[in-house]
Amino acid sequence: MSAPITWLESLTNTTSSGQLLTAAKSGDCASSSCGSSSRPTDMDSATWEKVKDHPCFSEEAHHYFARMHVAVAPACNIQCNYCNRKYDCANESRPGVVSEKLTPDQALRKVIAVANEVPQLSVLGIAGPGDACYDWKKTRATFERVASEIPDIKLCISTNGLALPEHVDELAEMNISHVTITINMVDPAVGEKIYPWIFYGHRRYTGIAAAKILHEQQMLGLEMLSERGILTKINSVMIPGVNDQHLIEVNKWVKERGAFLHNVMPLISEPAHGTWFGLAGQRGPNALELKAFQDRLEGGAKLMRHCRQCRADAVGLLGADRGQEFTLDQIPLELDYDGGKRHAYREVVARIRDDHSAAKKEAIATVASVNIPGSLQVAVATKGGGRINEHFGHAKEFQVYEASQTGIKFVGHRKVEPYCHGGWGEDATLGDIIAALEGIDFVLCARIGDCPKKQLLEAGIQATDAFGYDYIEAAISALYATKHGSDRSQLTA
Amino acid sequence: MAYKIIASQCTQCGACEFECPSSAIEYKGEKYVIDPDKCTECKGAFELQQCASVCPVPKTCVPA
Ligand code: SF4
Ligand code: SF4
Ligand code: SF4
Repeated sequence: MSAPITWLESLTNTTSSGQLLTAAKSGDCASSSCGSSSRPTDMDSATWEKVKDHPCFSEEAHHYFARMHVAVAPACNIQCNYCNRKYDCANESRPGVVSEKLTPDQALRKVIAVANEVPQLSVLGIAGPGDACYDWKKTRATFERVASEIPDIKLCISTNGLALPEHVDELAEMNISHVTITINMVDPAVGEKIYPWIFYGHRRYTGIAAAKILHEQQMLGLEMLSERGILTKINSVMIPGVNDQHLIEVNKWVKERGAFLHNVMPLISEPAHGTWFGLAGQRGPNALELKAFQDRLEGGAKLMRHCRQCRADAVGLLGADRGQEFTLDQIPLELDYDGGKRHAYREVVARIRDDHSAAKKEAIATVASVNIPGSLQVAVATKGGGRINEHFGHAKEFQVYEASQTGIKFVGHRKVEPYCHGGWGEDATLGDIIAALEGIDFVLCARIGDCPKKQLLEAGIQATDAFGYDYIEAAISALYATKHGSDRSQLTA
Repeated sequence: MAYKIIASQCTQCGACEFECPSSAIEYKGEKYVIDPDKCTECKGAFELQQCASVCPVPKTCVPA
């Protein structure tokens, strides 16, 4: 099953809002419940309304909607051992990448520029470097300005939680519907190894006293948000040997206090980033360790697995950063908001989303009906819209799905260096890609050349473009169904 | 009787600016600077110098 051919990607690059609208109106509704995109089964409709266009809070939404971060709040009230503040906030962005710090006015200009050009934009977040709740005046000024220009944009913040309780009421008033708190411990003895100091109540605390205050504030803040119906995501940085096992306990605590999602992210600690952990030789977990741990947490607070640990100035769909197109020097000084593209895009999405969800249901039923022991790990190259629509050589990441009798689950992503540079495949990168795809059985992409295909096969990974432009789940179910069948020829065609 | 900022180490986070009880810190030109006439070393207001206590970079807010 596939949508009346409206390719999202062809709509989102160069098209004018007029063309988008025509596309939205053309074609029949393929599905019965037109316009009312169906929600995942594990969610009530009020919650679904809150997350259905938030790419970070909904795995389903991340195929369609984009977020942007503005770095307006660089001041911070704690020090984390995984952060080197000469660069960036490691909570939400790749350390070592300097972001453009903005004033609230500059941020407004940038948000308008992006909203005019990127139809998928639905969320504005403030996520480091620094702490949005501590550097509150700038956070507040930015949100107020943006909300008055673009009322339908969702606002969210990330915080370490220390200054959170004092701002919860204002957050609620300002309609900030999503908050992320980074919580790495619930035991101050563990916290002591992660936070060298905090600044609280006009003084600096160190050691166990610091971790204890931070912990209490984090729990209080979380409870206050839950009381007010604000959705919370908990980010935890997984630090092998420091808090990895302890995160099971963290998961329990935050679930009890109403956290909506728990996102366990791997520590990034290259020595070159100059963080305390990096310099001390503390390593981060690899993709398989992370996944194994996330699997252990299954059954506790709902896990987020599509996090890209994006930059503090990221723009666009998760995994496809367009930040470089929107640096301040490329944005005119005077700019008016034009919501045409965003509105038209939403109409298109409302329609094809139902089609996608029906295809997904069918795919899951297929998988459930085939009796195959074990599971299949599939890596997909996609540009969004829920389809296999990226060339192998252009992919900056692969999305990983697990198919088993219980269904088709998104389990994570693997970042890679694109294999093609200006049309030429490079052998060194292919080696790295093969390493990054450890444990994967199949790679699905829109196009792949014979040469990389052969080398992947030698490494035990089958790659195919036979399902190019299909819905991801539909292709995986077909693959799964034929897995133990005798006829594999169609896969390698 | 004043503090100063070693500009080459400063990350320009601005935390010291809003913590200073004497409004002695300002972003001037390309960097944060402490006005020695206004800086009280936080005497009478806080036990420790606020700029030095909040600054993420060691030895960046120091006695002038
Ligand atoms: S909260 Fe963010 S900016 Fe502050 S120290 Fe931690 S990682 Fe760095
Ligand atoms: S020592 Fe105190 S008064 Fe002087 S600049 Fe620093 S914070 Fe301000
Ligand atoms: S707190 Fe330190 S790093 Fe931040 S602006 Fe002041 S001097 Fe610079």
